[in-house]
Amino acid sequence: MSLQLQISNQGEALIVRLQGELDHHTSELLKTKMENAIEQEGSNHIVLVLQDLSFMDSSGLGVILGRYKQITNKGGKMVVCNVSPSIYRLFEMSGLFKILTIEEDVEQALSSLGVVS
Amino acid sequence: MNVNNYMSLQFISKSENEAFARITVAAFVSQLDPKMNELTDIKTVVSEAVTNSIIHGYENKPDGMISISAKIEEDTVYITVEDEGLGIKDIEEAKQPLYTSKPELERSGMGFTIMENFMDKVEVKSILGKGTKLTMMKRIESKKALYN
Ligand SMILES: Nc1ncnc2c1ncn2[C@@H]1O[C@H](COP(=O)(O)OP(=O)(O)O)[C@@H](O)[C@H]1O
Ligand SMILES: [Mg+2]
Repeated sequence: MSLQLQISNQGEALIVRLQGELDHHTSELLKTKMENAIEQEGSNHIVLVLQDLSFMDSSGLGVILGRYKQITNKGGKMVVCNVSPSIYRLFEMSGLFKILTIEEDVEQALSSLGVVS
Repeated sequence: MNVNNYMSLQFISKSENEAFARITVAAFVSQLDPKMNELTDIKTVVSEAVTNSIIHGYENKPDGMISISAKIEEDTVYITVEDEGLGIKDIEEAKQPLYTSKPELERSGMGFTIMENFMDKVEVKSILGKGTKLTMMKRIESKKALYN
């Protein structure tokens, strides 16, 4: 069981698609790859697509919150989309759903950021 | 005692084993024919407990031993996760939502809150310098009808 990442750019936004399982073991990879991409691409915003994420625990909450802080410190925004009910429950429990913007899908995420898709 | 089934396993404190542990316990619990979301709950709490043993109990050193057992009694599953690591100084504080002793590792401090929410009962026993043992219990809904 592992985690696959697909990172692409659309306008000012870095789109990160996750596939597989996000736990403590795989969160280290996600952290490094996203940190590097945010620095290198100079993106203003992040869209995190969770459609194909089949498992997540509290280590996932930690790494998502970490990237949220990283991008908001640079004046950017982070939007999470395609959130399954079980992952949404973790966002609710931790209060993360109050600070993250959650949208239905990538199109709505991009338009909420004012990025034309 | 009416034990219908029992299993135990041991593995070293490597983060690769987090997925191994949750998938193995979920496969064992599957014989109770749980709903998808019940199985997700079980996977998540095992992942939380094993991760805590690795990160906090053994501070990410891969030479610690982690033991898990799972027991099925009628419609109920009992899971224990045990390490011989550092132990917890203040269990009440550790259980607080968002409390973490390792914020520098981007921990969310939600592990215990998730375990207590997803299971019917969570018991923590810990001795400083000796280790920590979690015992968790959950009744599987889909089996209730059979035993009521
Ligand atoms: N097995 C363990 N051994 C030692 N300390 C632990 C263990 N499990 C939990 N703790 C302590 O309890 C705290 C809260 O755990 P948790 O709610 O899972 O949050 P997190 O893992 O994000 O820190 C940890 O930060 C740690 O100090
Ligand atoms: Mg934890």
